[in-house]
Amino acid sequence: MSFINYSSREINCKLVYYGPGLCGKTTNLQYIYNKTKPDAKGKMISLATETERTLFFDFLPLSLGEIRGFRTRFHLYTVPGQVFYDASRKLILKGVDGVCFVADSQMERMEANIESLENLRDNLTEQGYDLDKLPYVVQYNKRDLPSVVPVEELADVLNPTKVPEFEAVATTGIGVFDTLKALAKQVLTELRKGG
Amino acid sequence: MLTPQLVMYEDEVRRIQAVADRLQQDSRSRAILVVDKNGQLVAASGSASELDTTSLSSLVAGNVAATGGIAKLMEEEEFTGQFHEGKGLSIHITLIGRRMILVVLFDKNTTHGLVRLRVKKASVELESILEDVAKKAQTPQQNVFAEITDADIDNLFND
Repeated sequence: MSFINYSSREINCKLVYYGPGLCGKTTNLQYIYNKTKPDAKGKMISLATETERTLFFDFLPLSLGEIRGFRTRFHLYTVPGQVFYDASRKLILKGVDGVCFVADSQMERMEANIESLENLRDNLTEQGYDLDKLPYVVQYNKRDLPSVVPVEELADVLNPTKVPEFEAVATTGIGVFDTLKALAKQVLTELRKGG
Repeated sequence: MLTPQLVMYEDEVRRIQAVADRLQQDSRSRAILVVDKNGQLVAASGSASELDTTSLSSLVAGNVAATGGIAKLMEEEEFTGQFHEGKGLSIHITLIGRRMILVVLFDKNTTHGLVRLRVKKASVELESILEDVAKKAQTPQQNVFAEITDADIDNLFND
């Protein structure tokens, strides 16, 4: 749910990175954080365990510039990917404006991808959203690893509705900003409709 | 869509700001934040400019959401208040009209009792403002973003 403040002339939108454990959601945010100019970003917050697994969420506020005299701000969140943190994932989806599903391209993580995607649909439905009506992109991460599934196969299973999809290597930044831009554009286009 | 946009017009923001300013003075607290349940800052008062209000707002909203989750599990409708006590600084968090979060940061300059008392009064005022916001949301307003072009959106990403 975007928040338009006429007083401070700001638009605020919430983007959520979703996906199975260790697929690279936090790495996406870290790369964005590292490559963004200091005046365009706020502090990145990670609520993580001692072993750096996301416990509740990561948060990164970005400021993109002005559109029709309004400053556009995006609040990027990740969810904890591990299966047993489902209650936390549901909370983070509240008020979401756009979703990026980060898939782990490795063969052995295919099942985890499918499970996480089903979980995303279920949790959105529970909050009253429909994934097919939300701004939504898919990212196939870890394309540099040896045991990756071909993109066509991933797309067949994980992107049946043919939303914008991107190959990525989040550790080096390949595809990270392309994914973010595509999602942000969809969210702003939705705003135009008065969503 | 089930959850419509939250739109705040200058008039309501000014009224919320006035309530926050008065609460900050009456409760002798350090700072007041009014935060939307999704973590967006609506108004801030007192020494808030020294704080990272964006991060604070997001964390407070996460905290309230988690507490709401706990309430649900315990079949309690909602825990409307939270209090975090620190050595130098304490935080009092109150849910207003199920939509906004009122955050009071205070130190030894005041007492928790006074803060609670003043928050009660401010809560009633804020609730009535939020009702006006909700009413306004039901009457169709002009969408200033309807005119946004693809070029406008593309321009944002030209860096």
